[in-house]
Order: sequence, then structure tokens, then C-alpha cells
Amino acid sequence: MARADQAPGIRPRVTLGRRLDIAARYAFPAGCTVLLMLLAVAPYGIADQAAMLPAVTFACVYFWSLLRPGAMPPPVVFVVGLLLDLLGYLPLGVGALTLLIVHGLVVHWRPILVRQGFVAAWLTFAGFAAGAAALGWVTTALLMFRLLPVGPVLFEVMLAAALYPALAILFVRVDRTAADPDRA
Amino acid sequence: MIRISIQARQALAKLTLPVLIVATFGLMLLGKADAVLAERARMVLADALAPIYAAIAGPLGIVRGTVATAAGLWDVSTENARLREENEQLRRWQSIALALDAENARLKADLHWVPDPAPSYVTARVVADAGGIYAKAVLLSVGPNHGIRKGEIALDERGLVGRVTEVGARTARVLLITDMNSRVPVVLENSGAHAIVIGTNGPRPRVVYWPEGSMPQEGERVVTSTEASAFPANLPVGAVHYSAAKVPEVVPAAMLDRLEVVRIFDYGLTDIAAPEAPGRLPERRGR
Repeated sequence: MARADQAPGIRPRVTLGRRLDIAARYAFPAGCTVLLMLLAVAPYGIADQAAMLPAVTFACVYFWSLLRPGAMPPPVVFVVGLLLDLLGYLPLGVGALTLLIVHGLVVHWRPILVRQGFVAAWLTFAGFAAGAAALGWVTTALLMFRLLPVGPVLFEVMLAAALYPALAILFVRVDRTAADPDRA
Repeated sequence: MIRISIQARQALAKLTLPVLIVATFGLMLLGKADAVLAERARMVLADALAPIYAAIAGPLGIVRGTVATAAGLWDVSTENARLREENEQLRRWQSIALALDAENARLKADLHWVPDPAPSYVTARVVADAGGIYAKAVLLSVGPNHGIRKGEIALDERGLVGRVTEVGARTARVLLITDMNSRVPVVLENSGAHAIVIGTNGPRPRVVYWPEGSMPQEGERVVTSTEASAFPANLPVGAVHYSAAKVPEVVPAAMLDRLEVVRIFDYGLTDIAAPEAPGRLPERRGR
């Protein structure tokens, strides 16, 4: 149920339409993450486009784990990670593992992180992206049993850090309007 | 819904993350043990997404074309001069090629030459990059009854692109010669020496294992060899170029960074295909 239902007060009757509205607002973080992932792999013909998918996924999972962990629970992170593995041609499980660890750490440090300003959140994200990319690189190298080039991973981290502000501004706007369950 | 106490529910909520992390390790093991499963899941997803990509490829192509035209207007006069010069050169080459072609036909007629059988091929559109960050591959959209098999050879209009590694119902994945898992047996055209071209995930694969005394020369053409019966002979791979670190590399003849349409040739050479899981039934052709 919506947060509004746990607080006393007068509110409209729960009709089917309103239920759907609330559900859609709850599903927004997961839905927009999957949509952005699918958009990130669309054929734009840009060089080194492959780095876009993990960058966008890290940014989405980090942002929603920080802002609304209730709407980005571990099972959703797991499914997003699986999609990252399949779309990004990584060995199965690598994306899911890195994203779950990112999610777990963000939720664990959330009390400290939410009090920080935008720049601090951005810098923390850059750190998380670097850690996640490094973990993904190590696990992929272990599973493939060979040394992988480091260049694409560095590019992926830089792209993630560069994309984050744009996505965060967009998400904050949407979170306060269309995706806010309290406004249903 | 099952009613459980708040404490139990909180405990369950705390357990979800560790359980899922353990599940990812299970998934890794599963992916390692049964590579076909992951491959099949990927191709199912690719089959579902390929029509969407194919639909948006049109508008995206228009945008890209407009941008390219705008960029082309900038240096149109220098480009024109360069093309004029190149055209002169190509005209000279054309006359030489025509003369050689005529001579070749005459010699073949004299020798009662049996021509190679023309291989059958399927033309397919490249719909997406299918490499991820650790691989170089492209996804092709093919018809439902395509009959493409693993190990077939992809060429664009200029040269060798790669080999088919995964086949779905409407899609096929081609591993490019620049991928770090790619190994192509080649012949250096001037010396006739055999060598191997190995991918590095960079734009230019490296030439290795040439025989002692026949170093690859700068600009030398590199063509495939029939070694190990993975490729037919004499498909153009590229030209040798020495990198700054004096390592012989191949500049691919195919335009691997902007592939649009490729042809998949069936030379009947599928001796060395991608490894398959034991016990798997061979795929039937022409379903």
C-alpha cells in the first residue's frame, strides 16, 4: 500500500484506477531502469557504445537505491543484473553480483549518504562505479580465465560519472512529480 | 496472502540480499557448466529485440546520414581534390586489372581450369552491436527460415568480417576478426608464408606465428588460408601495418566499425565450429 495509507487523514476511495496509478508510480524506478537499458543498446552507431549499458545501469541502480530503496528491492536489482548480463554479453551472474553489492552497500550507508549534497553523491557514485566496474572486470576475467583489456573499463567508469548528473536531475524531477506514490 | 509476524517478515527481508548474492554465484557456476543455456537465453532476448532495433534503424540512419552530410559539407573541396587524385589512380589500376583478368581467363582456358563451385550465401542486415565491453561482435537480423549455421563466414563488400558463433530463430551473432577470441589462419601474399591473425579487441588485429625469415612487410596483403579447414583460401583480410611499437598488425579490409549489410557464405566448412555441450542434438537445417 502507499505510504499515504499508513498515515491518518482523509483520502480518496481506493478504486481500481487509483490502485493502478499507485502501482505504476511504485514500478517507475524499475521500469525506467529497464527502458534506459534497452535504449542504451539500441544501434546508434556510436563508437564504444557498449560502455553505455553498464554506465546507465550503475547510475539507475545507485540512484534509486539511494533515493527510494523500497522501489528498488534486491529481487528487482537481481533481475536488472541478469538483464545486464544478457544484453551486455557478460558471463551470467557477473552483472547481478556487482549490482547487488552496489545496492547492499548503498542501502547500508544510506543514513550517511542521504544527508550529503549533490556533489558528494556524485563523487560517491564515481567511487561506486569504479568499484563495480573493477569487480565486474575481475569476475569476468576469472570466469573467462584470461586477462582482459583495462581500457574499456576505465572508459565505462568515466562515462558513468559523466552521465550521472543528467540522469539524476531527470530522476529527481520525475520522483517529485509523476513517480511520487503520495501524489496518486 | 500468507500472514507472518512482523519480526519474521523483517528477518526475511534482511535475508533476501545474501540469498540473492549466493544465487548469483550459483548462476555463474550454471553459466560455466552449461554455456548453451546462457547462449540460448541471449538469442531469445535478441530475437525479441531485433525487430525493434530494425524498426528504429531507419530513422536513426536518416539522422546519421544528415550529420554525415553536414560534416561532409565542411571539407567538400579538399575531399573533392583527394577523390580526383584517387580516381586517377584507380583508373590506372582498372586498366591493369582488366588486362590481367583477360590474361587470366585466357590462361585458364588453355589449362582446362575447373572453377571453384560458387558458394551459396545469405545477405543480412546488421541490427546491433552484440559485443558488450569485452567482445567484438555484431547481431544480424535474418529471416525465419534462414538456414544459417554456426561456423559460416561473414564478408562485407570489401573483405572478411568474421564467423557466425550463435544462431537464433531470427538472428545470428557474428564474432568479428578483431575480437580477442578470434584466430584466423592467413597467408601473407608477397612471401606466401602462413601466419595467424589474432584479435585484440582493438581496431587492428595482430599478425603472429609467421615463419622465420619471412617478416610481414608493410602494406602486404593478407588473405585467408585453408589451414585447419576453417576458412576457404584467398578471402581478403586486410593489409599489414606496423604499429608504433613495431608490432605487425592488420588493417582490416572490411569496414568493421560501420557494418550495415553482410553476406553469410556457406562454404561447407564447419570442421572447427564453436564448442557445443556434449549430448546436444545437432540443429536441423531449414526448419
